[in-house]
Amino acid sequence: MTVPLLEAQGATMRFGGVTAVNGVNFALREMELRCLIGPNGAGKSTFFKMLTGQLKPSAGRILLRGRDITGAEPHQIARLGVGIKTQVPNVFDGLSVRENVFVAAARRGSARQARRITGETLERLRLTAIAARIVGQLAHGQRQWVEIAAVLAQEPDLVLLDEPAAGMTHEEVLRTAALIREINQTHALIVVEHDMQFIRMIASTVTVFNGGAILVEDDVERVMADPAVRDVYLGKQAA
Amino acid sequence: MTGWASFAAMVAAGLVVLLGLPLVFDLFGLLQMTVFAAMAVLALSQGFIWGYGGIMSFGQTAFFGLGGYTYAVAVMNMGDSTVPVLLSVLLPTLFAALLGYFMFYGRISDAYIGVITLTVTVILFNVVNSTAGDFYTIGNAPLGGFNGMPSVPPLNVPGDPSSPLDPQQTWYAAMGALLLVYILLRAVLASRFGRVVVAIRENETRAQLLGYDTRLYKLIVFAIGGGIAGLAGCLYANWGSFISPTVFGLATSAQVLIYVLVGGLGTLLGPILGAVGIQYLISVIGAQEMVNANLVLGAVLVVFVLLVPQGLVPVVQGLFRRVPGVRRGQVAEAAPVEVEL
Repeated sequence: MTVPLLEAQGATMRFGGVTAVNGVNFALREMELRCLIGPNGAGKSTFFKMLTGQLKPSAGRILLRGRDITGAEPHQIARLGVGIKTQVPNVFDGLSVRENVFVAAARRGSARQARRITGETLERLRLTAIAARIVGQLAHGQRQWVEIAAVLAQEPDLVLLDEPAAGMTHEEVLRTAALIREINQTHALIVVEHDMQFIRMIASTVTVFNGGAILVEDDVERVMADPAVRDVYLGKQAA
Repeated sequence: MTGWASFAAMVAAGLVVLLGLPLVFDLFGLLQMTVFAAMAVLALSQGFIWGYGGIMSFGQTAFFGLGGYTYAVAVMNMGDSTVPVLLSVLLPTLFAALLGYFMFYGRISDAYIGVITLTVTVILFNVVNSTAGDFYTIGNAPLGGFNGMPSVPPLNVPGDPSSPLDPQQTWYAAMGALLLVYILLRAVLASRFGRVVVAIRENETRAQLLGYDTRLYKLIVFAIGGGIAGLAGCLYANWGSFISPTVFGLATSAQVLIYVLVGGLGTLLGPILGAVGIQYLISVIGAQEMVNANLVLGAVLVVFVLLVPQGLVPVVQGLFRRVPGVRRGQVAEAAPVEVEL
């Protein structure tokens, strides 16, 4: 039996009297691309934050390749090879695009290596032309890509993206979808997303959250055909 | 490489001041400039941890005073000033590291770091203030309570207590220390460590998510700042051959904040110029009896906060560069990508 890349066992998160995530069991294989969806308040962002160490679970365990990372500091989880893009872009606003990516690449290895990775990553995300710009002055979509570039520059094994396409124009969304498929050639990914169109573009296994628990977990087309999913998610969004 | 050019220009200017001032100033002027240099070192410590590390300390004077008292007590016991100078840096560094450990590893929010550092310097003020009497004597050194410690022996040629420095040599020591601290901080900021420090100031969460232990980085920055403030305290105690609890006082800590705000947050030159400018202003006002110095300081602070919030140096840099829209240019310059040390 193979050990999953990332696994949650009975992960539970309570805030006072509210149970945001209740006993979730979840497993991600190596090189898998998985989407987490669900209506607002379904617990997907809370679950995401438990995976990244930003929240410490009230109960249950998080395992990375069989290693218990429950309650580890965010920087420790990052060092184990998890790259995280948060919902609200977390970038170094006062620094240049290049410096943002460099700081990400520079955590390990030599300065020469870090510069090489920086150059390659900027090229890969087509950010070279704006490398000298200060990130705080860029458009929202560009800042999202800068953050994705920083995540990739740290050379993670697993990439976690929280709403990577939020607030993007249609063209930017198309490019982001293509980028995610490309990242998936070499990395496992978890993508939290609202937008069903976008999830179709990156076509993968989908885990649907509702009321702090997993409602269903299946291929994207079957999930969208599922009447229960339509009720809790699609129906609400249409309304 | 503009980073190297500006660095070389700054060091050259510093050397000109170091060697040139004794030629143009009389003894009184040189003594004044010596204490300005000591205060500029203190301002650099504040400017470094606040402007680059994003750590808001209201109590750099805690380390300043600790350095001064460490020097005074140690030199009175040892005679030779060599080891006391080192201790005056070491002890505040360790104290800052200890305090920083509780603040940063305890995940205390920024506002409370201001409160804690302020409280620490007030506590030290009160403790040292109540050490009058023979009971409070460390070796040969009576702490003297609110009267302070007079006749602190001056610096001497390292290893030779029989040759104390004359005022001109003391100037070389103080200005030399300022220049060295400046060079050290430029080197730190150009290094990978320094670039991560600036990144943490910009967004601590992102730095954590990239795998940096931001608590450790802030701890080291705070400890470096404490050591530099301690050195400033040593120079200050040595300048006046005297130290009293006022070095821990709130008036002094507020002054240091004003140096940095007026000179420019996020630069190293700014705090230096701010310290010299404000200290000069205070000494000019002190020479007449028309207006109160604190009133003028307050007015200066209000004017700058309202009209020149970035401080002098960034504004002047902006004028020279005439690059519209690049308001944080000095930050990028502080951490140029090309510079490798």
